[in-house]
Amino acid sequence: MSLVGATSRRLFLASLLRHRLATALSLLAIALGVALGLAVQLIHGAAIDEFGRGLRTLAGEADLQLVGPREGFDEAIYPMLAKRPEIAEASPVLRIEARLPGREDTLEILGVDMFRVARMQALLRPRADPALVDGDGRLAGLQPRNIFVSVDARARLELPSRLGNGEMAGPALRDGVLTVQSGVSGIELRLAGELPLSGAELAVMDIGGAQQMFGRIGVLSRIDLKLAPGLSPEAAGLALSPLLPPGLALQVPEAAAGEASALSRAYRVNLTMLAAIALLTGAFLVFSTQVLSVARRRREFALLRALGMERRQLLRGLLAEGAVLGLVGGVIGVALGHALAALAFRLVGGDLGAGFFRGSRPELQFDAMLAAGYLLLGGVAGVLGSWLPARAASQVAPARALRAGEAQYAGLPHMQGRLPLALLLAAGAGLACMLPPAGGIPLGGYAAVALSLMAAVLSLPALAQSLLPLLGRTRSVIWRLAHARLSATPGQAVVAAAGVVASVALASAMAIMVSSFRVSVDDWLAQVLPADLYVRASSSAASGYLDDDALARIAAVPGVASVDTTRLLNLRLSDEEPVFSLLARPVDGNWGLPLVAGSTGRPDGSKPGQSSLPPAWISEAAVDRLGLGVGDRLTLPLAGRQQSFVVAGVWRDYSRQYGAALIELADYRALTGDDRVNDAAIRLEEGTDAGAVADALNARFGPGRLIIALPGEIRATTLQIFDRTFLITYLMEAVTVMIGLFGIATTFAALAGTREGEFGMLRHLGFTRGEIGRLIAAEGALTAGFGVACGLLAGGAMAWILIEVVNRQSFHWSMDLAVPWAALVLFAAVLVSLAALVARLAGARAMRGSAVQAVKADW
Amino acid sequence: MLTAHALRKTLPGTPPRLLFDGLELQVAGGECVAIVGESGAGKSTLLNCLAGLEPFDGGHVELGGQRIGGLDDDAMARLRREAYGFVFQAFHILPHLSLAQNVALPLWLLKVDERQADQRARAMLARVGLEGRADDAPHTLSGGEMQRVAIARALIHAPKLVLADEPTGNLDPARAGEVLDLLLGQIRAGAAAGVLVTHSRLAAKRADRVLELGPQGLADVTERV
Repeated sequence: MSLVGATSRRLFLASLLRHRLATALSLLAIALGVALGLAVQLIHGAAIDEFGRGLRTLAGEADLQLVGPREGFDEAIYPMLAKRPEIAEASPVLRIEARLPGREDTLEILGVDMFRVARMQALLRPRADPALVDGDGRLAGLQPRNIFVSVDARARLELPSRLGNGEMAGPALRDGVLTVQSGVSGIELRLAGELPLSGAELAVMDIGGAQQMFGRIGVLSRIDLKLAPGLSPEAAGLALSPLLPPGLALQVPEAAAGEASALSRAYRVNLTMLAAIALLTGAFLVFSTQVLSVARRRREFALLRALGMERRQLLRGLLAEGAVLGLVGGVIGVALGHALAALAFRLVGGDLGAGFFRGSRPELQFDAMLAAGYLLLGGVAGVLGSWLPARAASQVAPARALRAGEAQYAGLPHMQGRLPLALLLAAGAGLACMLPPAGGIPLGGYAAVALSLMAAVLSLPALAQSLLPLLGRTRSVIWRLAHARLSATPGQAVVAAAGVVASVALASAMAIMVSSFRVSVDDWLAQVLPADLYVRASSSAASGYLDDDALARIAAVPGVASVDTTRLLNLRLSDEEPVFSLLARPVDGNWGLPLVAGSTGRPDGSKPGQSSLPPAWISEAAVDRLGLGVGDRLTLPLAGRQQSFVVAGVWRDYSRQYGAALIELADYRALTGDDRVNDAAIRLEEGTDAGAVADALNARFGPGRLIIALPGEIRATTLQIFDRTFLITYLMEAVTVMIGLFGIATTFAALAGTREGEFGMLRHLGFTRGEIGRLIAAEGALTAGFGVACGLLAGGAMAWILIEVVNRQSFHWSMDLAVPWAALVLFAAVLVSLAALVARLAGARAMRGSAVQAVKADW
Repeated sequence: MLTAHALRKTLPGTPPRLLFDGLELQVAGGECVAIVGESGAGKSTLLNCLAGLEPFDGGHVELGGQRIGGLDDDAMARLRREAYGFVFQAFHILPHLSLAQNVALPLWLLKVDERQADQRARAMLARVGLEGRADDAPHTLSGGEMQRVAIARALIHAPKLVLADEPTGNLDPARAGEVLDLLLGQIRAGAAAGVLVTHSRLAAKRADRVLELGPQGLADVTERV
């Protein structure tokens, strides 16, 4: 408070205390905007921190890691690297995400060289438990079936787990025996001890045992490297990278955290933009509050100016009011943001329901710089919101304002004649849409969203004036009065409804975008799931997979007409493209391919497996990220070599936003010799019951060995995940709409305060209290109606920008526009009714006083 | 037209202050009565009691044979819109309505057809000397013109009773005289009863009777003014 002198405190800040309702609502609006933004940042930061900390813990003293495709790479590279002079120590790792039969959770198992891990990663060095192993336990780590489990993992494995359908699956670890899946069979591993590791769910076993048990002989997932003394990771990288086969890369252990952060960046930026719009709505609310407050104190300011207060002092005092509002709102917002983040951790986890950081258990931490940044943002919102009203107040000629008989709302902005500016902003939005993304972030798209919003707010008076004459006249005196008042003071509509415009635009844009997305995903699912039954052994092919024997057993089940298979791999194309999915399957088989360009035929008419360049069909994300189109050459690192393909088509892929390519299974096998498959699509004979076939498969392979799904179930689960991902955005929209309604409440509370004389006169003329209440409600509904109409128009434009620019640039997928008309109409109707109610409640104070009191000064 | 019988009013407080007791008042249609008295004597309160806007502790008020004491808030409001006209010191013209709309407001409340209401409002404005200004906005008017609009609004629906509290309080003497002549002339022409509260000797002199309010009620002081 020392920033502002005692005069300012008495003259300006005291006004905030006098109008507690308006002040409280403005504070709350800013606090909510700050809190939402901060919470998104905190949650993400904590998740990334935890992820990075886990990586560093597991990397131990490793300076560099050799990484490659998720499926692993040939271990032949290991002896070559270990012998290099740059390398002091090399520790090979095979990572298996092991399926636990019958359960939906998995266990991360690291196969390690027990001697090398002891020297480099002390936390992964197993401690044999004498009660569990024979002898003194020194060689327990080398037994192929022995496994060592971290305390946290053990606690989970010893408990039953609840399945998605509500049923319970038994413990995976029972009587010292852990059952995991390899292929379609269960294998039993013996618990031999623990890991000196806390806060991570992990198991370690001998690498030879792991390769053998999981059928991964000759395969490694990673090699942890300790460099020769004095050698920097950069120098080592430069020396070693040319020796690596395609698809493998050297990186510092922390780099994976950065990659994970980049993967979730688009989602996070989208949420942050939502929070920013909530904060912007808060700034509009401060604007409304301050405009009315300034209008009310017009004569007071004129008097102060007449008594010698400088224009600048007045401006500073009013800006200080805004700053105090913003900063106090910011403090509340920072506290609320931490509370929200803590709540979100408990309810949806560190990835806000989007599935980016599975298994990490982050802890919330106070980050002083981040908190200060958001606090400042609140202050800025407060100052921005009061800038225009403060400037207007400081420019008023004192003599004019002091003259008796000035209209009660002389201080309200007229806001007329702003249509050209609004059109200019709209044109700017159009231009911004054409900008390319900056670093993968659609900055042009977001700028276009902000510009559309401003254009919508500025065009509100013009819209009100052009719509009012169309609204027709009725015999209702209430309607006529409300109509006349709005026609005469369109500036009031802007003040009251700016927040409504912003929040409705945001909510409707999101609703249209989400609806379009959902409808497109639904259509897409129907296209990509044409078979009758889908079977997979595990979501991770390193543990559960289908081999030829399993496929033959599936095909032999009565009722199965044909079986088509898919091999799914994750490749590493480059440091910029660390995750790229490769699907290998028969293209004309039971799997639909939702093409948006090209065709399923081979461009040169050759047959699969022939020597000409094989075809590949790439996803829309791959088109954007790799800059390829139909007919271009695509190079993929397969089996340690660069393999070239010709792009034959582009398909829509909603399940992998980082790019995917699909190739013929026959081509894949010819190039790699890998005959494992992950998924099988089964077409049934006419009249066969899918449920009966599923039962027969379970009987044949043993319960829980296969994951069997009907297309309908996959669709339901996918849409359920979809809805969960967007849940947080619905919550943020609800908050923003609430802030918009606050705008109606504060404006009408303030206006009603200045209209006590008018209401008193109307009561003398024979209006009942109820009729005056209805008059205020009608004005609220009309004002909100214009705000909603304007917001819906802006929302439609913003939805287009979100779909065609923001989504295309951040997630690289296209979608078909699907406007949820019924929901929007209902939303608009509910909002207008709520606004009427809120206005009536806010105006209640002015109606409570007796008519006599209201005009007393004049009698 | 208007009868107040044995009216008693005390103001709440400790102890309660008696404003008047046993007050009697009769005003005939077409008659204008001015009420004078010291500040704080209760002139405005008496006017409010007559309008049904403030409760009284004893006695009764009748307008055109109808007692107003027992009516609830809404019923009283409906009676006011039909039978009362008001003129305020500060005019209370709605700035967002045109002059014709301001004058037509009581007719709107009585659900008179819009076009008819507009015609009657324009005719009424002509009668108060504002012909041709019907579509103007209130902020273009002087104080005297504002009060003419208020008088037009008070009389447009042919009320039984017109209550005016210091109708010339915000006007200079020349404008005040014109406005008073207009107000009283219109009340008499419409055969309404008029009650005028004023401090102004000039105003009181133009009324048919002048009554002074005291704790014992109203005393006729017409001769002394």
